[in-house]
Amino acid sequence: MSAATAGLEAAFLRRAGSRRLATVAGFALLGAALLASAWVSEAWPSSIAAGLPRVGEYFGKLVPDLRWDALLAGPRTEGSIAFWFYRLDSWLLLFETSQMAALATLGGGAVALLCCFPAAANLASNRVVYTVFRRALELLRTVPDIVYALIFVWAFGIGPLAGILAIAIHTAGALGKLFAEVVENADLRPLDGVRAAGGTWAQGVRYAILPQVLPNFLSYALLRFEINVRGASVIGFVGAGGIGQELYTVISFNYYQEISAILVLIVLAVSLIDLASERVRHAVIGRES
Amino acid sequence: MTSARGAHDSDIAAYRARMPRAFGPTPLARALRWIGAALFVAWLALLCRWFDITPARLERGLSGLWVILRLMIPPSPGDQWADILRGLGESVAMAFLGTTLAAVVAIPLGLLGARNVVVNALAHFSVRRVFDGFRGMDQLIWALAFVRAVGLGPLAGVLALFTAEVAVLAKLYAEAIENADPKQREGIEAAGGSRLLAIRFGLLPQVLPVMLAQALYAFESNVRSAAILGVVGAGGIGLQIAERIKVRYWDQVAFIILLILVSVALIDWASGKVRRRLIGS
Repeated sequence: MSAATAGLEAAFLRRAGSRRLATVAGFALLGAALLASAWVSEAWPSSIAAGLPRVGEYFGKLVPDLRWDALLAGPRTEGSIAFWFYRLDSWLLLFETSQMAALATLGGGAVALLCCFPAAANLASNRVVYTVFRRALELLRTVPDIVYALIFVWAFGIGPLAGILAIAIHTAGALGKLFAEVVENADLRPLDGVRAAGGTWAQGVRYAILPQVLPNFLSYALLRFEINVRGASVIGFVGAGGIGQELYTVISFNYYQEISAILVLIVLAVSLIDLASERVRHAVIGRES
Repeated sequence: MTSARGAHDSDIAAYRARMPRAFGPTPLARALRWIGAALFVAWLALLCRWFDITPARLERGLSGLWVILRLMIPPSPGDQWADILRGLGESVAMAFLGTTLAAVVAIPLGLLGARNVVVNALAHFSVRRVFDGFRGMDQLIWALAFVRAVGLGPLAGVLALFTAEVAVLAKLYAEAIENADPKQREGIEAAGGSRLLAIRFGLLPQVLPVMLAQALYAFESNVRSAAILGVVGAGGIGLQIAERIKVRYWDQVAFIILLILVSVALIDWASGKVRRRLIGS
């Protein structure tokens, strides 16, 4: 009895010891990787310690000078909220940004809608078509949209068009994959019915598959719209339109108050759009079930 | 025959009167549909006008793009191999350091944001809203601000990735903590363990695998982000791309893009292996 317990305990200790060894080795590996990456990215404790006060100073300057007594006064009084947000054109740019995101989502979604059926394993007419479409969509979505924007600014000129196309291409790749996965989970019996009644492949997709997958498509497209609003807010950094261009300018020229005003506007707009689109998404998905 | 046909028609008319919706949309719905379509087309036209999207401009742009694409083939590394490789290494290092720091700092923040750890509703709500606010800003914005604060270079990129990721991870951690089974914590507290002990032995073993998996996913996504942060001067391979686009060395641009794609795929593969090894699924 006691011998059995002792054997058990020895086995337990051995196992605990080997586990501990693996943990220590893992941490040593992690530590070495951290040291190496700190060396490569010049993030030594000393440089971080030197940088942090400057970070604090910089973000401290972004805080607007608001005064309690003048908080609600007109845009001409220094220290009021209206004075902080006095630049009306940034509101317009915010609207432009959201419209860019909407147009890009629409365009990318349309391309994704056309490509997702041949890219679904259960609908593609043969293996080659499936592979070609899948790889093409992958290629579209793995290149970041800002890289597309950098290139398109050369081809289409500075302005929103380059940004819209860049975001739309990235969106087509991302949504195409998601759409194809939804289609792969669709029930194929309605399609068999349509085909048996003499319908073509296109008619089958339209009348048997599309009604099943449309709510999910809409939900994914709205989710993508939220992502694209964030993307469109920075794509102007490379000259592709939207509020990012203005933000880049005010950050470069150190107009501290305007930086924080624009940042607050962006965060507010993004959260509002997120909230609204979340409600719509829940409504769309709720109606389906 | 005529009589049979007449009966048929009247049957249809009767059905149509009884169940108008089965024969297509009502006139009102049809009108609404047309109005919606008209509004949509009007919106599109307005946007095209506003953004100056004309067929001529699209055609010119597409032909320009075609020229660029032709210049991209064949991709070539140019003679600055070392710079490109250093940029790539910088990007991966920035992503690794930023994600690791964020993953560690997000643990206490996630505890603060979890409803079952911080019971005060107001505190929990405000912590969550602060996370949301941080997530509303893209990493590139943080990078641009940090470049102004600490100067050009990868340190700004590390700080940007860290700041943007810490809010995301804190929210995910908070959700993992809220989804944890409370019985184990209750057991430790019932056996006389302190709150801290309950968190260490009742909560952490449940949530640690989830947290590790989230951190690895964050690393994969941050490698993608770190590849472009250089566009605003925050170090990494993005700087190499932006510089070569400025001087229109399109073959080198294509080479760097391909290099990024391959490295991202490699890192995803490696991170997937680590994830399966650590959490077993």
